[in-house]
Amino acid sequence: MKKKFVILDFLLKHISMFFAYTVILVVFGLFLVLLINSSSAISHFGFFNFLTSNVWSPAFNKFGGLIPLVGTLFTTIISGIIAIPIALGIAIFLVEICPNSLKTPIGIAIELLAAIPSVIYGFWGLFYLGPLIGNYVQPFFNATLVKLPVIGSFFYGYYSGVSLFTASVVLAIMIIPFTAALVRDALKITPNLLKESAYALGATKWETILKVMFRYSKSAIIGAVLISLGRAIGETMAVTFVIGNQDKLPASLMSPTTTVTATIANEFTEASSQLYLSSMYLLAFILFLSSFTLIIVSKMYFLRKVKN
Amino acid sequence: MSKRRFLNYLGLTVSTLSALIGLFFLFWIIISLIYKGFHYLNWNVFTQNAVAPGDNGGGLKFAILGQLEVVGIASLIGIPIGLLAGIYLSEYGKDSFTSNVIRNICDAMTSIPSIIIGIFIYALLVVPMGNFSALAGSVALSILMIPIVISSVDNILRLVPNELREAAYALGAPKYVVIFKVVVKEAIVGIISAILIAISRVLGETAPLLFTSFNSNFESYKLNKPIGTLTVTMYDYAMGPYDNWHHLAWAAAIILTFSVLLFNIASRLFSYWRFSH
Repeated sequence: MKKKFVILDFLLKHISMFFAYTVILVVFGLFLVLLINSSSAISHFGFFNFLTSNVWSPAFNKFGGLIPLVGTLFTTIISGIIAIPIALGIAIFLVEICPNSLKTPIGIAIELLAAIPSVIYGFWGLFYLGPLIGNYVQPFFNATLVKLPVIGSFFYGYYSGVSLFTASVVLAIMIIPFTAALVRDALKITPNLLKESAYALGATKWETILKVMFRYSKSAIIGAVLISLGRAIGETMAVTFVIGNQDKLPASLMSPTTTVTATIANEFTEASSQLYLSSMYLLAFILFLSSFTLIIVSKMYFLRKVKN
Repeated sequence: MSKRRFLNYLGLTVSTLSALIGLFFLFWIIISLIYKGFHYLNWNVFTQNAVAPGDNGGGLKFAILGQLEVVGIASLIGIPIGLLAGIYLSEYGKDSFTSNVIRNICDAMTSIPSIIIGIFIYALLVVPMGNFSALAGSVALSILMIPIVISSVDNILRLVPNELREAAYALGAPKYVVIFKVVVKEAIVGIISAILIAISRVLGETAPLLFTSFNSNFESYKLNKPIGTLTVTMYDYAMGPYDNWHHLAWAAAIILTFSVLLFNIASRLFSYWRFSH
């Protein structure tokens, strides 16, 4: 009887330990698989040449990652510019302004919206938001902003629903609920004592929010924003539907281009040569490295405070 | 004084407005989805298969059943592994260095771009097997699932008071009995809630399936053959040129959204129930 206990204990401990360590194995495996498969692209083009070359030509078997990388960078930054202020507003509203009886329902609504699959956001963008932007926003831009000197050329475009701009807006709408929920949790960590002290000193609500709460949870908010950008960098489906998937640098915000994820999603199964496939592995490798670093940095340094 | 008051009102108004804008966008999505999609949702969608391109009618039976198969097998792989690894972190590893490393990696894994997992499994399973397969899709989804399950199980089990463990040890119970009959039993509602969240997370994943389970024109549920799923079918149909395909894609979008929300709400009800007891 005793022996059975010992054996079962031993089994449970070691089997569960094996499964826990597989997580480390998977990450190492991911790193190795991407590195090995992209090695022929690295040796053929050189890593830095690959980053700076804007030729993506399956016909001539020449590949450079500049176009998708620029697309990913732009969509991420623009969606961040749109999403972060709105998400901060929602978080402030939820923590400080909203009446208590509405806090839970609105909070749950936002969390449920964060759970909607990204493919739905992309789909909605293609059939709903894209045509709206093509039919109404673009003519509006053409009539107003485009006439301005210098910045005008950024907004020039044909009446097309798929563009860098549409992709960024869809991406922004997708990360708003996610960012808002994270920032809300970050703002909540401010001790009541600090807020009460600020009010006692005669600070207005806005001053308390800005100078006490934001300062107290600054690092947690930065962490939340970085995680959201990490999500935007690696998002595939919300972007692929509406970016246009054209292998050329965007002439303006309103022109179609491509991103790392969209290129992989569209061309990976059609790759006709080993080098072609390897170049896409290299794109994935760069994406993996950048998003992994972003996430690790934000989790290790900034979000530790929220957890405690 | 008046300037500070003005700034106060301005700041609060801008926050409220941006909250309204955000909420407006989000409800707009749901409402337009229901408004345009319910129209195309009918019984045929669930009982019929795809027809020839361009023809009217047809349905998503293969895609729906395929989605169930891929997600079901992913759960069968992912949940036991995640559960046991979570138990290891909370009951054996505790605060050791490697356990904390595993915790951080799990945290990071939940945010890795899911398309990269698809590529990883493509290289690991699809290339050696020689073709796309339902199994590869399931493994890709299970890799997305495992870190979510590990993190939440670890967190939930660590909330179980130590007195319970000590009481069980004092009665002479071996460790595995303490874990399964005391700790896990105490936390079972939270664990179910975590599992439901994990399922709802992978249910809507498309990118990892593009290069693993792929899609198929023939209704086949074999593990070593490519299989249609709701998400990939929706993507293919939406990008295709036919109106009928677009209608089916709207129907797929509705089915997908509501099943994800269903799992999510079920998970919330479980955790609400846990806290109210």
